[in-house]
Parts: sequence; C-alpha cells; structure tokens
Amino acid sequence: MPDTITINGTDHPLPSDPRTSLLDFLRQDLGLHGTKKGCDHGQCGACTVIVNGMRINSCLTLAALHDGDDVTTIEGLGTPENPSPLQVAFVEHDGYQCGYCTPGQVCSATAMLDEIKAGFASDASADLTSEMKATAEEIRERMSGNLCRCGAYANIVAAIRDVAEQGDAA
Amino acid sequence: MTAHLKQDEPDTENFLDTMKQGVLGKPVSRVEGLAKVTGTAPYAAEYPIENAADGVIVTSTIVRGEVVSIDKASALAMPGVLAIIDDERLTTRAAQGTAGEAPQQGPTQVFFWGQPIAVVVAETFEQARDAAKHLKVEYRAEEGAPLDPSDAEPEEQEDETVDQGDLAQAMSRADHAVDLAITTEGHASAAMEPHAAIAQWEGDKLTVHASLQMLNYNIAELADTLGIAEDRVRLVSRYVGGGFGSKLGVSEEVVAAAIAAEQVGRPVRVVMSRQQVFQCVMRRSETTQRLRLAGDGEGKLYGFGHEALVSNLPGEEFAEPVLQSSHFLYGGANRALKLEVARIHRMTAGSVRAPGEAVGMPALEIAMDVLAEKSGIDPVELRLRNIPDRDPEEDLPFSSHKLAECLKQGAERFGWDSGARSPRHTLDGEWWTGTGMASAARVHNVGEARARVTLKPDGTAEIRSDMTDIGTGTYTILAQLVAEMLGIAVDDVLVQLGDTDFPRGPGSGGSWGAASIGSAAYLACRALRRMLAEKAGTDESELVLRDGAVDGGRSLVELLDGEELSEEGHYEPGDIADSHTASGFGAFFAEVRVNRFTGETRVDRMLGAFGFGRVLNEKTARSQCLGGITWSIGAALTEALHFDPNDGHLVNCDLAEYHVPVNRDVGEVEVLMVEERDPVASPIQAKGIGELGMCGGAGAIANAIYNACGARVLSFPMTPDRVLEVMPE
Repeated sequence: MPDTITINGTDHPLPSDPRTSLLDFLRQDLGLHGTKKGCDHGQCGACTVIVNGMRINSCLTLAALHDGDDVTTIEGLGTPENPSPLQVAFVEHDGYQCGYCTPGQVCSATAMLDEIKAGFASDASADLTSEMKATAEEIRERMSGNLCRCGAYANIVAAIRDVAEQGDAA
Repeated sequence: MTAHLKQDEPDTENFLDTMKQGVLGKPVSRVEGLAKVTGTAPYAAEYPIENAADGVIVTSTIVRGEVVSIDKASALAMPGVLAIIDDERLTTRAAQGTAGEAPQQGPTQVFFWGQPIAVVVAETFEQARDAAKHLKVEYRAEEGAPLDPSDAEPEEQEDETVDQGDLAQAMSRADHAVDLAITTEGHASAAMEPHAAIAQWEGDKLTVHASLQMLNYNIAELADTLGIAEDRVRLVSRYVGGGFGSKLGVSEEVVAAAIAAEQVGRPVRVVMSRQQVFQCVMRRSETTQRLRLAGDGEGKLYGFGHEALVSNLPGEEFAEPVLQSSHFLYGGANRALKLEVARIHRMTAGSVRAPGEAVGMPALEIAMDVLAEKSGIDPVELRLRNIPDRDPEEDLPFSSHKLAECLKQGAERFGWDSGARSPRHTLDGEWWTGTGMASAARVHNVGEARARVTLKPDGTAEIRSDMTDIGTGTYTILAQLVAEMLGIAVDDVLVQLGDTDFPRGPGSGGSWGAASIGSAAYLACRALRRMLAEKAGTDESELVLRDGAVDGGRSLVELLDGEELSEEGHYEPGDIADSHTASGFGAFFAEVRVNRFTGETRVDRMLGAFGFGRVLNEKTARSQCLGGITWSIGAALTEALHFDPNDGHLVNCDLAEYHVPVNRDVGEVEVLMVEERDPVASPIQAKGIGELGMCGGAGAIANAIYNACGARVLSFPMTPDRVLEVMPE
C-alpha cells in the first residue's frame, strides 16, 4: 500500500526525499504556496497548518512522518470566492498588512478557537476548571506563536474576537 | 503625453476636497485583501516557473580576509548539484536605499562574518542545502579587524554638525540642566518574508521575481551589477512580505539568482534562510548618544545638545541619522549637534524602519522627561512650551505642524493626569504601574514618481506603476484616489504595481510612497479630467464626476463613446523642499506595569496621536500607526542584536533569539489621527505615516517605567536585568 497524505481532501503520495519538510512538500512539490516559510525553525508560525484537527508548524516536521494524516492548509479553509468567516474578518479588521504571516494566522486562529471550545487552558487562563472564553487576553496568549512584524496584532485580535462572538451567538 | 509637476510652490487649492465621489480617506478594506487572507497572493519565491533549479547561498565564517579556495569538485559530486558559483560579480552586501548603482561585489574578499561568498545550485532545495552545508572553503583570515564601535576612531559626519551659540555656557547657567548618556542596541528589520528571487533569462533578457521595495532604483542596481543595460532587465514584485528598509536596495539573492540562472542555463530560485537575512542584509546601527538640555525656570529651552556615535562597514556611506528630527523639534538658541561613525566589521548598517528617529527620538524624549521632573513641570506642558515657531537651525517655516494638537488631544483621550508626578505611586500586587509620554517626529520626504492612468470605454480605470505595496496599503489608496478623481467606484479601478515594465514610481521607503505616487496618480487624473471636461463642454474646475457620470448629465461611457483616455502623471519634488521644514508630528502615551521582583515590563495601554497631512485611507493609515507603536514596544523592551566580541558573529540571528513583539506583548492600543492639509508636503496634501508611529514611542515606555517603579534606565532595550539594576529598594 503506497504511503499517502491527504491535503485538503485530496490524497497525495509522500515525497521520495525523506529530508523534505511538510512545509517544503506543500510549497515545492504540490505548489500550495499559501503556506509560508518565514523562518524554517518553528519560530514564527507563518507555516501553520492543521493536521488531524491540531495546528502545527509545518516546517518542524518531515512530510514522510505524515502517512495517512489529514492536512488542512489555508487553501482548504476558503477561497477568494468563498472565504471562511475568519478570512472575511481579517479583511474587515485589517488584520494584516504585508500578508505574509496571514495564512498562518488564519490557520492558527481557526484551530485555536476549536481549542478554546474543547476547553484547553492557556497561560492566560485564570481558572482551569470553568468554561474557556475567547477573551482578548486569551487570544493574545494563544496567538503568540504567530509573529506579525507589520504589527497588526491589535487588528488580528479584533478579527478573531468578532468571529468568536459570532460563534457564541450561533 | 505626460502631466508633469515639479512642486516649487505650496498647493493650497486642496483640489481633492472638491471631488464628489466621497471615497478618499474612507476606511476602505484592502483591495488585495482576499488574495492575502486566502493565501493566493504570490510572493517572490512562489511563481510557478518551469524547470527552476534551487540555489542556496554560502556565507563566510571569518570576519575579514580572503577566500583562498573552494572545493567545488567534492560538492559537484553530490547528488543533484549543478553548479558552485563564486563569480566576481556576486554582491556581498545589499545596496543602500536609493543607491541606483551596484553594491559591493567580489565574494573572495570578506568584510564581515556571514558575508555571502558563493551560491550552490542543485535540482532541489534539499540537495542545494546539503551541498552548501558541506562545501569546503579555505580562508586566509586577517586578524585585528575592529569589531566594536569603541575599537575604532570615529569619523565626524560634518553635514550633520551644528554649532550655534554657546551650549557649554548655556548649560552652566541653566536653572535646570540635563546631561545624559543613552545607548541603543542594533535592530533587525526581520520582515516575515525572507529575501527571495527567481531569475530567468530569455535570450539576453533577464526577468527576476524578487522581494524588493524600490524597483525604480533596483533595476539600475541590478543592471550595473551585471554590466548590462537596464532595458534588458525586468523586475517583478507584486507582493512583498514586509520590507522595513531591508529590501530597499538590490540584495545578494537577486544577483546570485541572476548569475546562477545565466550559468546553469535555466531559471534559478534563491531564498535566504532566516539566519542569512539577519547576517547579511541590513542592521540598524547601535548608538551611543549624549543629550544636553538647558532650561530656564519656566521650562523653556535655551540650550540643546544631541550627539551620537553610530557604526558601519568601511566604505558604506549610510550613517544612522540619529539627529534628524532633533534639528528642528524643539527650540533653544544655543545648539550643539554632532554625528560620528565608527568603521567596524559587522554586516552593513542601513535603513531599518524610521532610520534615525527610531532611536534618536526615544533618547531625546527621556531627556525631556528628566528635564520636566527637574523643572517641576508636567511633561506634556514642557513640550508645549518648547515648540518653535520656525525651524530653529535653518530659520525656515514649517510646512504644517500638529505637535501641539497631538499633545493636547492625545493627553485628553488617554486621560493623562497633569497633576504632580512622582514615581512609585501605585503598587498593585507585585506590579508597579505608571504612565509616560513622548513627542513623535519624523521628517517628510517625497520622491520622483510616474504612474499611468487609463480610463477605458466601459467607464472603468486602470493605474500602472512599478511602485510597490509592501503592506502599506498602496494598492488601496491608489484605487481610492483614482476613483475619487474620476468619480467611479473603488471596485472599478484596477491597480497594477510592482513591475518595471510599468512607469517608474518612487518605490516604498522613507514613508514617501503614498505622497509621491499619489501625486503622480493625481496629476494623471487631472489631465484625464481636462479631456473629459472638453468632451462635456465645460471647464475642468466645473466638472463634477460622481458614480460614473457627469453630475446630472451623461455617463462616462456615453461621454467616452468608445474612446480610451490615457495619461502619465509625473511628479517631481521641487524647490519647496528647501524653503520649508516638513515633518510629521505626534505624541505617544503609555501605561505600563513593572514587576517589583523580576523587573519585567508589560505595556498595558498605548495611545498615539499623529498629524501627517491628509489621511488617504483611515483603515490602512491607522494600521500603519499600530505597526509603528508595536515596533516602539519592541525597541523599548526586547529588540537587540548581540555580537560575539571575539569573532564578531551575530549571536542571535533568528526569531527565537531576536525578540520582536509577539501578540501578547501588545496591550490595548489606540490611534488618534489629527487630520490636516499640508500644502507643501505634496499636491495631495499628504505626508508619510509608515514610520512616524515608532519615532519616540519607546521613550514614552521608558518614561512610564520610571514613573511606575523609579528605574531611570538609560539603555535600550529595557530588559528586566537593566530595570532591576537601577530600580530603587
């Protein structure tokens, strides 16, 4: 049985060079350039993708380690014609400037809101037992693995809160 | 035809204010926004160019000396390796902003640790990286290269020297005198997109998809480097993943890709690693500054001194312009200013966001805080008392000046307490809390710019220029400006940027982009309006265009009757730059917490109030201010380049060890835009805003740290160890 990885719902054979990171596999082999390389060392978060529902830095893992895994990249979250609520909110709140960290921010925020719903605690959580809320401070803490050198953090937090509140209302 | 203006006179017509579409200045979302948030906007390394090989740069492991030999044979024997290139045309530094000529070339001569010496090209990135890592290089090292500014005899930058009146005497008879030594450490731009290029040759024509800020200069730099004519070069930079000065000049990977593609006969992509971006592009120089202020009993300055020592490599013209706004921000008849450069062997010092004021203003604003305390005057009031009527050195009028309004409106909105101030007034658990403020100033620049605007028979418009949008909002403000002038919807304007096949823009740098390219677009639109007025049988001044029609009359489509109208706008700075002092001004207010045990500082709240001429887009302008304030937090608390004193290498050359602010480092931030019309700044009355937001902000945080815990820290960044060292108790 061939080794395969599922990217945005499509199966792909794993790369032949075992040195290929998941990030380089996405960008170079598959041409999915939405996932960005900012540091290649897990320090900036620009390469964040969602693997089996969890956000990871795709530069810090080899593609070959993901046999059978289900990967969602920015291309799998929405398109210009059909953007996700977070993508719409980032545009509305100007939660970016140069746009290079943005796909990573959006992937990270998508999974992060699920983590809050699932009750994961963070350093900003005052109380580990009650229900987690997407407060500004929680979002700031949980999004601190995604650097934005343009300094759009205030707008990124506003965009994510907007979507979190819509989610609460739904 | 070209609509040309060399601005020699103030423009008080404010023509844009008479337009009726009502879109300019509005908080319009970025026109390229959906492309960015869905990951479909292509950056330099991401163009699907067939058969591209990958190149990886190799950098030196000595500080100064010579590359004696490279074992190419062993590397070429590795799988997939196509070439090892150490061509003498390879550049070893990035060009300085607006250089317009080749930077330092010749990779066998080494001037700093981490300098590019070769590029390895292979079929895949993994193969090229492996071969680059294993490349055997023999050096002849020259010992004794000065590594620290204190090791070198400084050179005075005489055009910066001011010696007016007698500062020493003013200091000796001052009611209140301040004499401080303040240091700042080096900074990195650390744009999120590492420097990247894909070069391809078609015959003798070179196309490079690159990540560059100023294509109009970069094309000349690259052509000069390769020894070919400019018309054989095309540069494309439609999306640039941040620049902040690091991509002003053509950089090493662009040249490496161009030469490698020529030698291997196929396209080559070269992307710098994050470590290489730190090691071989641009650093902001560290600074050692001396501030002297002599005040009378009322807090009026009659003596003002600012001296700074910065560094750069031998042969580099750039000197961090630390004193830039000190020349005119505050009065004081007796003035002494001096800038010196030490020649040392660290990577090139060049422009990093707000060169000069980013480090000069925070130091000055600490000195002002000290003077306010000594004089018993509120810090806001002290600044208000020292705003000069005219430039105190050049005796020129200011083009416009909103410092007083920014100070007053900012203080009110922030809730600034103008009562008596003494440090250590509030302890909340482990945390001392306090507030501080600072003025903001950043000189205004403009550059020559061309843009072509075309009005199509269907009533839509297109604007083209090789201007870039590095995240600043250029795409959007140009769409708004053209829409406003031609009376059409923003969505009906197609903005095409970042391609040297288009007319030359000013490039993005020095906060001059919007005012310069906006003026070129404005001139082109004025010419189109004249053509339309003729068709409508009226004067241009009477022509009201709104919603795709002449007001109350025919639609543009009818008026054009199948014809396409096109004009190039050409804007040139004129004599007016010599007859006025033009600057953006503002004020910062900060509220911080300092941990009494660890010395850690957290910025809970910041407010910036800024006056920078016409606001072209409320949303993107605010974002520029937010970005500047975020950088202020980094400069105040965490950002510092650290060099090994023994071998000169940059120790913290990545994003784990060079600490840019993260999301949780930025608390509540508020921006107040104090709108004005600056008739001198540009024909669209706009000034720059990309840098003003960090010109002084770190000083407000420093002053808040003092107000909170009593630690008067005189070294940036104000890390916990430095705060604890001078915290009373």
